[in-house]
Amino acid sequence: MSEAVVRAENFRHFFGERQTLRRINLEIRRNEIFGIIGPAGSGKSTFLRALNRLNDLVPGSRTEGTLEVCGQDIYGPGTSVVELRRRLGMVFATPIPLPRSIFENVAFGARMAGVKGRARLNELVADSLRKTALWEEVMDRLDSSALKLSGGQQQRLCLARILALKPEFIMLDEPTSGLDPISTMKIEETLRQLQSEFTIILVTNNTKQAARVADRTAFFLNGEIVEVDRTEKIFSAPSDQRTNDYILGKFG
Amino acid sequence: MIAFSAVSILLIITIFIFGEGMPVMVKYGLRKFLFGLDWFPLERSYGLLPMIIGSLMVTGGALVIGVPFGLACAVVLTEFSSKRLRRFLKPIIELLAGIPSVVYGFIGVVILIPFIRDHLGGPGFSVLASSVILGIMILPTIISISIDSLEAVPRTYREGSIALGATRWQTTRMVMFPAAKSGIIASIILGMGRAIGETMAVIMVAGNAATIPRSLLDPVRTLTSNIALELGYAAGEHRQALFATGVILFVIIMILNTIANMTSRKRRP
Ligand SMILES: Nc1ncnc2c1ncn2[C@@H]1O[C@H](COP(=O)(O)OP(=O)(O)OP(=O)(O)O)[C@@H](O)[C@H]1O
Ligand SMILES: [Mg+2]
Repeated sequence: MSEAVVRAENFRHFFGERQTLRRINLEIRRNEIFGIIGPAGSGKSTFLRALNRLNDLVPGSRTEGTLEVCGQDIYGPGTSVVELRRRLGMVFATPIPLPRSIFENVAFGARMAGVKGRARLNELVADSLRKTALWEEVMDRLDSSALKLSGGQQQRLCLARILALKPEFIMLDEPTSGLDPISTMKIEETLRQLQSEFTIILVTNNTKQAARVADRTAFFLNGEIVEVDRTEKIFSAPSDQRTNDYILGKFG
Repeated sequence: MIAFSAVSILLIITIFIFGEGMPVMVKYGLRKFLFGLDWFPLERSYGLLPMIIGSLMVTGGALVIGVPFGLACAVVLTEFSSKRLRRFLKPIIELLAGIPSVVYGFIGVVILIPFIRDHLGGPGFSVLASSVILGIMILPTIISISIDSLEAVPRTYREGSIALGATRWQTTRMVMFPAAKSGIIASIILGMGRAIGETMAVIMVAGNAATIPRSLLDPVRTLTSNIALELGYAAGEHRQALFATGVILFVIIMILNTIANMTSRKRRP
């Protein structure tokens, strides 16, 4: 079993008075695809956004307990959030390309990180686009606006944009919720290929998707983890009744 | 209906100004008006070049002062301060737009003019003084419209950029500004319109000599001041020449607006 690269211990999160995550205990291992499922409002996104500290943007957001990435307490002193966010690339539910060209979108993060030189950027962009199987589709129009791409292409662009940062983690928050089955399949395919290089955390409200791609899956409910286990186990013989009910579609 | 009557009122005004102003321009030749250096209405010499240059200098100066300062304020208020502070300050800033221009002019005369005279030289009544006063006067317009357009940028753009490890300042510069560009340019165009059309405050601090200023510390007369200063007693051809001034002002504003509109359209991705 490979080492744990994310470790949450009694981790709690609050938006003002409201507690959104309760006593989260969990480990995510290197190079696994870790699925997170759960009904709306159960805190899945909040957990992801706690990992790259995107919640910090919301006034009144605070945490208790520890949340470690590669052994480092990310809410401890001395954490560089900018660096953290580069290490944990995030893809959102709605693809949000910046209103710029395809090339500039992919190069954006790398540029911000200080990567210079057209040749290096060219290579980085091409490489990232290849990994997301987008290269063939866009190689002849890298300078046209990213907003002209289809939804599925935009989402793969957002994935490519993150790969260009050379992160250690890829976090996806319901990345296929707005996509057609073919685009969804392409993304899932890409994730499987990326698994050898990255640790992937996939939040999904489509339980079948977790069953298809995740190695292990956590079931979140009301800000708590009900159950974490190997995906087969969660879907065939969950140890908690609530997990079973959710998977069978009895609520959520 | 209201839109229609607004347009027709504008049309009537335009026809009136052109009708009053054109004959004298035709009589002496457009060239005399545009490039003549001497404005001696009593001697039938109607050179408007000093006023044209004056208006452009003063407006340009106002933008040089007002735009960077206004945008900086807008950015600080939207990107680097709490919503509460913004909700509190924005109405106050907008209130500044409602202060009568005489008051700005008065403040200029009392504070700015002596300051320039004592520390920089010249009579104090100058291009510089007018630019500073106008720059301050256009601030509310620029700040408030820029804030609106920065706030209208989808939250997801900012988040997307920050999640990619961009700092707040990088996000502002690379994402927020380009996304809010059309609104920001609109604010600058409106500010420019206000600056070039402002009359009272400028008359009070500009010195109003109808000659081309040789430095920022020299007095200046703008097209609007020219009309306001002399319309009260002008008669006959002199009066018509003032309308001609209005025609030229009108055309300049049209040209500036078109240029500004075109540049904003061209740069859109
Ligand atoms: N910016 C915010 N400010 C205050 N409360 C918030 C904020 N974002 C989320 N919450 C609250 O936190 C709780 C968890 O929300 P979260 O977005 O993590 O749920 P989720 O599991 O991702 O749901 P979904 O499946 O709908 O995306 C919800 O009760 C929500 O109302
Ligand atoms: Mg969510």
